[in-house]
Amino acid sequence: MTSSAKSPWILHYNASSCNGCDIEILAALTPMYDVERFGIVNTGNPAHADIFVVTGGVNEQNKEVLKNLYEQIPAPKVVVAVGICASSGGVFRDCYNVSGGIDTVIPVDVYVPGCSVRPEALIEGIVKAIGILEEKRAAMEEKK
Amino acid sequence: MNQIILMVIGAVVFLIAAPFLGGILSGIDRKLTAKMQSRRGPPILQPFYDVAKLWHKEKVFANPVEKIFTISYLVFIALSGALLFGGFNILLIVFCLALAHTFIILAAYAANAPYSHIGAERELLSVMVAEPILILIGAGLFMVTGTFMVSEIFFASGLPAICYLPGVFVALIAVLTLKLRKSPFDISTSHHAHQELVKGVTSSFAGKTLANVEIAHWYETVIFLGLIVLFFGGYPILGIIVALAAFILEIVIDNIFPRVTWQMTVKSLWLITLILGVINIIVIGILSAGGML
Ligand code: SF4
Repeated sequence: MTSSAKSPWILHYNASSCNGCDIEILAALTPMYDVERFGIVNTGNPAHADIFVVTGGVNEQNKEVLKNLYEQIPAPKVVVAVGICASSGGVFRDCYNVSGGIDTVIPVDVYVPGCSVRPEALIEGIVKAIGILEEKRAAMEEKK
Repeated sequence: MNQIILMVIGAVVFLIAAPFLGGILSGIDRKLTAKMQSRRGPPILQPFYDVAKLWHKEKVFANPVEKIFTISYLVFIALSGALLFGGFNILLIVFCLALAHTFIILAAYAANAPYSHIGAERELLSVMVAEPILILIGAGLFMVTGTFMVSEIFFASGLPAICYLPGVFVALIAVLTLKLRKSPFDISTSHHAHQELVKGVTSSFAGKTLANVEIAHWYETVIFLGLIVLFFGGYPILGIIVALAAFILEIVIDNIFPRVTWQMTVKSLWLITLILGVINIIVIGILSAGGML
């Protein structure tokens, strides 16, 4: 395991989720699950982030914000779609202003289904994301 | 000749050892904080993993000059520490520290982003608040030991400076909270994830730039703990114990107090400086003029 796998910093964005999944993300930070023991920090700042955690199905209003945030994260970066809304649009899929899943706007690496997602599933998703992050970093090093 | 060699050794040892010590202290800080919140917390070496990771990130800049400014920040912080541990003039160290902070403020202003600007303004305030206390420390130590040279203050005989300067010492502990970026005095950036300024002064830095700022912070931690030890000139072991106790005290304060506003920070720290620091210096001045010291 190298440094990027030991220190994945997260940016969490709510792209019009119902807030259910967001509460579960916060639950992962509590003493019960304590994701900081893996070096995970919830940064709230795209410039510092490695893993982009997005909830909600994305609507016309926040499409641009989502894209903007994604572009501000320095490579290597990984996107995790949290909850069935972010994965496919979920119950909001047919709404007139919902794009239906964040992969309609930015590339997604890991899908974590569930409504709302369970913290255990979320942590497993992040662990998967860390693996992909590591691969991307190795690819980046090779290019140099 | 011997003395010059000692000074150089002190400076070099600081430059090499301080980042390790500072990083481990920062790791201990995170672990203890986690324990206080009944979490397991990250490994002690976590800060090193973080910096190593930042080192490998893509190079992106909000403005390319921030690279020069953050490197200058790191260099001048390291230089202040080298001067302190090399036993040079304490006033020079204080000015060198102020210059270093000017660079990080410039770097944050260069980013041209609102959070980073507010962070820069708050950092400016924190320099304004901390600087008088640092100058008082220099003045106070001079009045007690008759010299500005750190080497002579450190090896001074007789009662340690803390016996004469308790007020200035308390002011230093108060400003330490600000300098270690701890609540309640954190006004520009902190290690806590979510705060009003989203990392404030560092919010636009990424990758290596952020790694430099982090390393500078490790250096600075050791510098301020070194200043505490200076109050125990002649009793280094006692000094180190007190410095570590002060560090743990800061972690406890960080965990039990919410943040205060910047207005409160300026008011309270200036009041502490004025009441404890300045009165302490005046009393020492009167006593030594009366020949009682
Ligand atoms: S998946 Fe369910 S809980 Fe999560 S945002 Fe969608 S509706 Fe809310």
